[in-house]
Amino acid sequence: MNILVCISYVPDTAAKISTTPDGTALQMQGVKFILNPYDEFAIEEALLQREKHGGRVVVLTVGDSAATEILRTALAMGADAAAHVPATSLDSYGVAVQIADYARAMSADLVLLGRQSIDHDSFQMASTVSALLGMPSISVVSKLDIEGNRVYAERDIEGGKEILNAELPIVISVQKGINNPRYPKLPDIMKAKSKPIETVQPRMVDPRSEILRYDVPQQQRANKILGDSDADIAEFVRLLHEEAKVI
Amino acid sequence: MPTSLNLSGFFTKKPRLFEVERASLEAITAARGIASRVVALCIGSCDTRQLGMYGVDEIITVSHPLLDAYSSQAVAEALAQYLQTHDANAVFFGATAQGKELAPRVAVLLEAAYLPDCVSISLEGNRIEAIRPLYAGKIRATVTPMTARVVVSLRPNMFTARMADAATEPAVTSFTPQLDEQHRKVVVTSIQRNEGKLDVLEADIVVSGGRGMKGPEHFALIEELASVLGGAVGASRAVVDAGWRPHSEQVGQTGKTVSPNLYLACGISGAVQHLAGMSSSKVIAAINKDKDAPIFKVADYGIVGDVFDVIPKLIEQIKLLKQRMA
Ligand SMILES: Cc1cc2nc3c(=O)[nH]c(=O)nc-3n(C[C@H](O)[C@H](O)[C@H](O)COP(=O)(O)OP(=O)(O)OC[C@H]3O[C@@H](n4cnc5c(N)ncnc54)[C@H](O)[C@@H]3O)c2cc1C
Ligand SMILES: Nc1ncnc2c1ncn2[C@@H]1O[C@H](COP(=O)(O)O)[C@@H](O)[C@H]1O
Repeated sequence: MNILVCISYVPDTAAKISTTPDGTALQMQGVKFILNPYDEFAIEEALLQREKHGGRVVVLTVGDSAATEILRTALAMGADAAAHVPATSLDSYGVAVQIADYARAMSADLVLLGRQSIDHDSFQMASTVSALLGMPSISVVSKLDIEGNRVYAERDIEGGKEILNAELPIVISVQKGINNPRYPKLPDIMKAKSKPIETVQPRMVDPRSEILRYDVPQQQRANKILGDSDADIAEFVRLLHEEAKVI
Repeated sequence: MPTSLNLSGFFTKKPRLFEVERASLEAITAARGIASRVVALCIGSCDTRQLGMYGVDEIITVSHPLLDAYSSQAVAEALAQYLQTHDANAVFFGATAQGKELAPRVAVLLEAAYLPDCVSISLEGNRIEAIRPLYAGKIRATVTPMTARVVVSLRPNMFTARMADAATEPAVTSFTPQLDEQHRKVVVTSIQRNEGKLDVLEADIVVSGGRGMKGPEHFALIEELASVLGGAVGASRAVVDAGWRPHSEQVGQTGKTVSPNLYLACGISGAVQHLAGMSSSKVIAAINKDKDAPIFKVADYGIVGDVFDVIPKLIEQIKLLKQRMA
């Protein structure tokens, strides 16, 4: 089975991100970047499926050259090959085009992604890539079984769970809980440092959406913080009922 | 003014068939605010009168035998086929689990821009501008399409569903797409409901507990508080990782993103990853014994105190209030 895993390089969740004074760009100096947490599950799932069905696992990232760091992490975890598309100014659609091109070129049977990239949290890549490939997709999968060509998956929806049937080739985005990602071992980390990374030139496409400006949300919260006396608790209830009108 | 087209995705939503899901009514309300005409696209049949009360001008019922079992691929294809032959400048979806799968697919099929999970929309001249949270809500971006048509998904509970001043009597037209097995390689074979349990994504009130609850047995307090408020139980990652609560209750960056009318955090510190999942709640309240806990910085109302002391008293007070109101 040919498996492609798409991984993204994102600011650490705890990073402080601010905007330039005019709001046209983000200030990222000093921000630590990491492998998108969901993509660890995607890499692990690819390795598990390879163990069961044989085949090859290729990891791909679209981003600046620093992003190759996460390709090395994936190689150390056990991926067979890594590819980097150097591009920084693409919108999500543009990134999806690069992924779809690569998946087509390698005749991927299974394209694995994380459920969301924690930078833009757009939850769209699996559907967009699969629509570009004319393939089916299932997003936010928490359980995946493949038998021959048949795919069985489960995913969380509001108030429950969907059970789905599908077939290969398919695009799947995975959710936390689907597996327990392995930690790469030190010798494998060392070995991964010298493995080749393929560079694939991006295909430039017109962006479909544009960010006009950024700002830091200034949500005005009432911020009435009370003590724990009986009178305070009664006041808390009154505020929720009369002022906020939510209970 | 763009003609606006609206998808009412009530398919498979609940056994309550024929009822339009709230996220779709919110989308209809939002679309009405900027569009000259709102058309609702429904898979199967739908409650015409209800859509009329929300001011829909026209209803298209899309039906085909291959749409009987839900398949995101087939539904997206069916919607796109209709949209390819009818002019609508903007297509709206509720950003529900299904909406988030359908909307980007429809956008690709229409070669349109996709603006995901928006919390506000407006019309600037002839262009839609939308606001969407980035980086776990630390930043907001104002985005706009660079294509003639646009597909937008709207974060649930950020737009209030409002009935129109005067109900309309929408014309109902049926549309039969051209579908074959190629279009439904993924099919939902069944749906398991979390019986008797309100989901954090659907609740107007969410009461969450964190490590401050000290152990799984004390979540009975959280459950009781949620129950007197008619809300759902949520949890921080710390207590989910500890095995005290199921992952389906986790709120935050690696859990669910909720925006209820009231989010009440009990014994939760308010780590940035937790805030990512609840900071767009209408009202935030917190109980924490540490007055410097970060959760108080984003709270509208707070009590500095011990959950074991405060929650039982709070439950009593709320019961009294409910009795007075009854
Ligand atoms: C990549 C990543 C993703 C993450 N995703 C999530 C996520 O989705 N959701 C999430 O919640 N977290 C997430 N986290 C974890 C997050 O950083 C915090 O560790 C977690 O939210 C802490 O949970 P907590 O508030 O319950 O526990 P703590 O931080 O331990 O806070 C407990 C609080 O309870 C208070 N307390 C203690 N005893 C009492 C008492 N008797 N009465 C009143 N108050 C009391 C304390 O003052 C304290 O503020 C993520 C972390 C990472 C790195
Ligand atoms: N620049 C990128 N390069 C490779 N994969 C990506 C990139 N951006 C997003 N992805 C993949 O798409 C998933 C969902 O991202 P998104 O739809 O942007 O929230 C991520 O978890 C990754 O698997």
